[in-house]
Amino acid sequence: MSADPGLPRILGVIAAGGIAGSLARYGLAEAIPHSPGGFPWSTFVTNVAGCFAIGLLLARITPRTHSLLRPFLATGVLGGFTTFSTFAVDTERLLPHHAIVALVYFFGTLLAALLAAALGDWVASR
Amino acid sequence: MNVLLVAAGAAVGAPLRFLTDRYFVTRMMRGRTKPFPWGTLAVNVLGSFVLGLMTGITDDTATLLVGVGFCGAFTTYSTFAAETVQLAVAGGRGRAVLNVALNLVLGLGAAILGALII
Repeated sequence: MSADPGLPRILGVIAAGGIAGSLARYGLAEAIPHSPGGFPWSTFVTNVAGCFAIGLLLARITPRTHSLLRPFLATGVLGGFTTFSTFAVDTERLLPHHAIVALVYFFGTLLAALLAAALGDWVASR
Repeated sequence: MNVLLVAAGAAVGAPLRFLTDRYFVTRMMRGRTKPFPWGTLAVNVLGSFVLGLMTGITDDTATLLVGVGFCGAFTTYSTFAAETVQLAVAGGRGRAVLNVALNLVLGLGAAILGALII
């Protein structure tokens, strides 16, 4: 077991990871814009990829892993990269006029994200 | 400038998510070895509500700082998915299904509510 790094250092690495993950999400959203009634591909890809990565990561973390690795990568980078708020608000905006797209996006993201997290765990545990 | 605004929002949102989660986990533990992930539910519902409130705001500074940066980093899909899979494996399917239902229904409900009252 590595020593307790203390709350200020934990918050510091989470902030640094959160910035990195959020900028990656922002960059991807700028690169793949979607029309008002279109499927929000960038957020879909971001969330599913982030869920695969967290499945991989958590399966590889052991008591001997550096104590700041999980806060930095899981809570910081992947927490900042993936987003629930954009997922919810994108669905809310699609619902009135593009209900089918909204429902496919809403349940499609959930299904793909859960499968990706389980797959990441399975790949890392093999 | 855009990058700095997103970074500033994320620098607050991500640590605040950790502190919120820790607050809920320590309050809800109460001798339970496998706590229900109330902390992640709380940040996802609260963050979706705040982003819903941003509906109609066209100011780029506010959108990048609060919407993309803060709300994006405060909420999380990866931890939600990982905790759901862990519940399904360890805590029984019922708790995993409950976690999914609560996040989806309350998260979307909060986004709709935020957009409605603004």
